Formats: sequence, structure tokens, C-alpha cells
Amino acid sequence: MLSRVAESIYWMARYIERAENTARFVEVTLNLVLDQPMGVDEPWRPLINATGDDDIFNKSYKIADAESVMTFMAFDREYSNSITRGLHSARENARSIRESISSEAFEQINTLYHFVNTAGRSGQGIDSPTDFFDSIRRHCHLLTGILDATMSHDIGWHFANMGRLIERADKTSRILDVKYFTLLPTVESVGTAIDDLQWSSLLFSISGFEAYRRQHHMILTDKVVDFFLLHKQFPRSVRFCVDNAASSLQAISGGAAEGRHSTAARQLEALRIRLDSTDATSILRYGLHQFVDSVQGELNDVGNSLTEAYFLSPVA
Amino acid sequence: MSVLEDPISFEHYSTDKFFDEIIDANGRPRPDAAPLVEVINQLPGGDLLRRQAAIERSLHRMGITFTVYGDSSGTEKIMPFDIVPRIIGSMLWKHIEAGLKQRIKALNLFLDDIYHDQQILNDNIVPRDLIENATTFLKPCIGLKPPRGVWCHVTGTDLIRDADGAVFVLEDNLRVPSGVSYVLQNRAVMKRNFPQIFAASKVRPINDYPAKLYQMLRWLAPDHVENPTVAVLTPGMYNSAYYEHSFLAHQMGVELVEGRDLMVDDGFVYMRTTDGPQRVDVIYRRVDDTFIDPAVFRGDSVLGVKGLMDVYRRGNVALANAPGTGVADDKVVYAYVPDMIRYYMNEEAIIPNVKTYICQRDDDRKYVLEHIGELVVKAANESGGYGMLIGPHSTVEQQAEFADKIKKDPRNFIAQPTLSLSRMPTVVDGHLEGRHVDLRPYILHGKDIWILPGGLTRVALKKGSLVVNSSQGGGSKDTWVVAEPGQSVVDVHDQSDGVS
Repeated sequence: MLSRVAESIYWMARYIERAENTARFVEVTLNLVLDQPMGVDEPWRPLINATGDDDIFNKSYKIADAESVMTFMAFDREYSNSITRGLHSARENARSIRESISSEAFEQINTLYHFVNTAGRSGQGIDSPTDFFDSIRRHCHLLTGILDATMSHDIGWHFANMGRLIERADKTSRILDVKYFTLLPTVESVGTAIDDLQWSSLLFSISGFEAYRRQHHMILTDKVVDFFLLHKQFPRSVRFCVDNAASSLQAISGGAAEGRHSTAARQLEALRIRLDSTDATSILRYGLHQFVDSVQGELNDVGNSLTEAYFLSPVA
Repeated sequence: MSVLEDPISFEHYSTDKFFDEIIDANGRPRPDAAPLVEVINQLPGGDLLRRQAAIERSLHRMGITFTVYGDSSGTEKIMPFDIVPRIIGSMLWKHIEAGLKQRIKALNLFLDDIYHDQQILNDNIVPRDLIENATTFLKPCIGLKPPRGVWCHVTGTDLIRDADGAVFVLEDNLRVPSGVSYVLQNRAVMKRNFPQIFAASKVRPINDYPAKLYQMLRWLAPDHVENPTVAVLTPGMYNSAYYEHSFLAHQMGVELVEGRDLMVDDGFVYMRTTDGPQRVDVIYRRVDDTFIDPAVFRGDSVLGVKGLMDVYRRGNVALANAPGTGVADDKVVYAYVPDMIRYYMNEEAIIPNVKTYICQRDDDRKYVLEHIGELVVKAANESGGYGMLIGPHSTVEQQAEFADKIKKDPRNFIAQPTLSLSRMPTVVDGHLEGRHVDLRPYILHGKDIWILPGGLTRVALKKGSLVVNSSQGGGSKDTWVVAEPGQSVVDVHDQSDGVS
């Protein structure tokens, strides 16, 4: 496969996954705000903090309320991490490699992009946000299904899969990190209704509430941490993403990678072993934030090694 | 009843004394078009418009769109499409096919001649200075021997019909003619959204174009290569025909490459892949010839591959079309094609040229300058409807401006009478009106010459306009060639037209 095509497929999938996760971030806050007692200060502010892009937000918006935060995160054309911009990048990547993905997949990306654009122009996204963000999630699920069902599971598909999983692992860890941080002061009130609600919405944001309940019934901090980071079967847990990214990388390299091709595989393997040999208690003792931070760093390294090995090709 | 629900029919349609492709001078459908006219007349109110809207949505969803200039809100438009198909009878099509085959043979002989012995110049049939001063005559191509002796593998020839329905060649496009993807997509969306009209007429299918193109490209591969790698070379996604490049690569199942994906090493061309360099044997280049190799042609080109021409000369890669074919696109050279046919083939042109005044000739120039208000004036090497003056639709200032240009650089201009182009019924504001059309058939020259039945019908959507280019308010239509007994016809259940 052409190096340029591999790179574009990889980033197309990452941008789509990023847009989906942003929609999830916003949705979870929407739910929280609805469930929260009145009088909580700026319930939308933590969402902006979570993006790490407070400065950009503060330049254009005076207060962090539902409308400004949703506009910023979904529709702001000046903000490079907004859903609209992310989908634009995904579509530009898809457009540059349309012949390498199925027509159905391209059409779905195109439809999703126009859906968000139209909702932004008409104001509909802000008027009925629950429907809107829900639809984005559905569109993204549809695309994942289309890629799965209409593309040969060849190298291109595996690059898309890696892009999606590496992005997802990163975002899942961020959701946990941010919420854990804001929930930390209330650690003494474990077991109270509000706490349960907060943690539940956290699980909802990775579509994991039902899966978690079936397994653990009770909402317990260490179990939630375990579910987010170390669960072997849940498809949005960091562990699951890393495992499957490693399988895809193996399919790409044919398992016989040497030299520069082997770096990413080695890094993923190291991360896998690290996740395998720890548990939630140790993570909490070590410091959740520090742990998640180092996982994110390692995921970045994997991404850089992929670029090095597959996307930057030799010059004659 | 709202306007939208009014049935659209041919009841009040008038040909306004123009030659109409499907309605005769007495207002009756031509025989091949009668079933279609019948079906449209029988449709319930609003049906035709609903289908037209459904087709537009399909095209939008497929992303066959362009961004509206200066609009930052992400609005995109589709190329306008009209639902009433153009119908070409089998007799007329045979005539067109024979004429195009003859023309492409002659042009191919001409190209081979001027890049080798130049007999046609020595014999003064075509003026030597015309060719040698043409910017499209590429000196590095002198002496080239393209694989299997073919220069122009893919050609799109623009045809028109005049007030009597006679067919003329308006223009040859031998470099990188585009539009065939619209032909295939127009058919696909028509089949999906209006299947019942195909049952009434026997329409020849066109969905084997990508397969024919692939066979032709494969045939060009160097002899020593058993399983050749074919690639389509595109200038990139910001090129206006990018969709087509991607579409054709997708349909043929070959790689779509940009210049930066290719490299030359030790006499071969390679593409950069995740497994390292992989050799490429045939390149369908959709990059203009002067951009394909900065070492030989334009040094500032970033769209090509350094060293490509050297590999080509060694016979280690095939290019379609061969570099250098652009000289036959020159609108002055066009005027000599009937002479070429006579010279090389000892035949008269089956499809004549439009009467053309060559401004370099003193008599012609005098006539052109005196009659500029009646003529269409064209620059020799512009396309897309640019660099053109349509006399009857121009102001005195514009005429003076062109007269000036002609006097300064007569070599660069031709003029033709303003023809009364044939018309097609077209949906305008909820009813049918006549609009002028042209036709661009696509010719593949491999082992044999094959012509896609039909081609791209472009329609000037502005009332009275003669300019069909999409950049200037033109749209397109599905184009049907009626099958003769024994020929295959469109199967509306066959989904292989290239869209999902």
C-alpha cells in the first residue's frame, strides 16, 4: 500500500474517533447538568478544562455555559479540535484516498460531515443537543460498521483500525483522568446518590454503563478504574484498544518486522505488559493521573514510530 | 395545485425552430424518442421533479461536488444534472463511430509523423512554422517511439449538431480529456432513480468503460512484465478533475498516485509503499505533459517525477497518453485535420470540421476582423470556455479587445461561424424548455479502437447560451445510444455502474 494512502487512512480513522469522543464528552456533561442539583457553579467549565484549550475558548467566549461550550466544541471553525474541523480533516483525508476505501465508507463520512455542517448553520445542533450529539455517535458507529463490512480486512483496514484504537485509548484515558480529578474531593461521599450519578455518567460516556453493571453491580472507584484501563473485553477500555492495535500492527508487518518496522510493535508490547501486570489498586496508589499520563505518552511514541516506519518512505 | 405538482409534459414544448434532438420540426417525438416522451407524459404530477431532486441528493451524497468559491461555511454544489436523457439513434451513432475512428487514426499518424520524419510538413500540407512554433510541440518528444506505436490512447472529441442536425467536430482533446466519470455516474443515478424509463427504450450499456480502459493500459506494459502494475497519476485532490481520477483508479482497482508517491531509480519507476518501493509499469497520467518530468519539461513542476521521461524512453514504463499529444489539441492544428485524413488515409473526413478561419492567413484574418460580431473567436490553447469571444453575445468593447489580440498574435487565434447548436428538452422552473447541447464521446485506442456508446452530453442551462462548460453554467445529461438487434441493452438490476 502507498505510504501516503496508509497515512491518510490512519488519520481519517483517528479524526473520526476524535469527533465521536468529543461528542461523548459533551453528552456526558449534558446528562450531568440535567441530573445535577441547581446552583452548581459553571457546570460546563470542567469540559473546557478537559480539552486543555481554555485559552482559545476564553478568547472567543465570555462565559462557559451550555451554548458557548457546545458551539465551541462542535461548530467553531476557528478551533482546530472542534467536531466540525475534525470531520473536515477526516473528510479531506478520505477524499485523498477515496479509491482505497469503499464507496459506502466515503459516502458515510461525507454524509456525517454535511450533517454536522448543516446542524451548525441551522442552529439545530444547539436547539436539540441530545439528539444532535446522539446522532454523531450513531453516524460514527455506522461508519465503523461500514468499514468493517464493506472493506477487505487488508493492510488499509488495519491502518484504519490502528488509528481508531490508538485515538480511542488516548481519549478513554483522558475521560477518566479528568472526571477522576474533579470527583476526587468527594471521595468521602462514596456511596451517596450524587456520587453514583457522577460515576454512572462517566461510564455512560464510554457506553460502558450496562457492561459494567452486569459485571460489578455496585459502583466502586477501583472497579471503575479497572473497567476503563484494564478490562480485556470491553471495546473502549485502554487495554482492549492496545491489544487490538497490536494485532493490527502484526497483520500489517506480517509478524516478521525488522529494524525500524519493529519499534512500534515493541512499544505496544511493552505497554501491553505494563497493563497486564498491574491492577487498579496499584494504579491508584501510584497516582491515577501519573499513570494515565505515562500511558498517553507511550501511545504517542507508538504513533511516532508508525509514522517513521510506514508513512515516511525512503527517498531514492 | 402547487407548481411542483403540475405534471411536466411535452404538450406545450416548442422547438422554437431549432434542431431538437428528440422532437421533430412538427412537434412530434422522433421515432427513437417516442417511448421516452410517452413515459414522461404519463408521469403523475410532481413525479419528474421528485426524481430529479432524488438524483441531486444522490450526487451530493456521493460527494461529486465542488466548493462554492468564497463561501467559508462549507456549502458545496453538485454539477447540475438534467433528468431528460439525450437519445442517439443507432444509425447516427454508426456514422459518429466511423468518423471518430477515422479521425483518431489520422491524428495518431500525424503525431508519429511530426515527431519523426515530418513528411506532412515537408509536403507543405501543414505549415512547418505552425507546428514548430506551437508551445504544445514538445522537442524532447522528437524521435520517441511510444509503446505499441500509439500516441493518444484516450481521446474526448467534442461534437455538435447544426440547425439541420448534421454532425461536426468542434474540438479534439488529446491530452487528458476529462468527464467520463460524469457519464458513468449520470447513468448510475438514472438507473437507480428512474429505472422504468430504461424499459421503454433499448439503451446500450456503458459500464464496461473502466474494464476497457484497464485492458488497454495493461496492453501497453513492457513486454518483459508478466503481471504489470498500473497506476493513475493525479495532480492531487485540489485538481478540478480529482474526483474522476479517484473514481477511475477505484473502478479499475489500481493505485492512484501523486508525483510525490513515485520515484525513479536505476531506470525504473517505483511507488513508495509501506513495504518499500514497488515497480510501476504503466501510468495513466492525468497530469499535463509539460508537468510530468521536471528534468525534461517544466523545471518548477512538483506534480511529476524527476527522470520519468528517461525511464519512458528506455521502454521501462508506458505512459497514456504519450507526452507530446497536446500539439494536436491546438485549435489551429485542428483546422488541418481533414487535410491529414486526406494525406495519410486518402479519405474524406466522415465528420467534417466546423468552418474555421485561420487568423494567420491574411484573407481569413481580414474576414474575421470585418465580421467579428458574427463569429466565435477562440485562442489556440485555452479550454474550459475561456479565451473565447462569442460575437453575437458580445459588446463592442469586447470585440475591439479581441480584434486587438488577433492583430498582435494572429498565430494564436481562429474563428468560426456562430452555429445554431441543436437543443434538448431540459427541466427549467418546473417545465420543459429547449437548451443547447454538445456531445463528447470517449475513444480508447489500444489494440483496437473502441468508443464508449454515447458520451458526455453537456447542456448550456442559461436560456439562449451556447457555452456548455461546467465552469460557465453548464450541466450534463445521461446520453443513450439505442441498441440494434443483437446488441446488449442496459440491465437496471445490474449495479456495476460504479456507485454503490
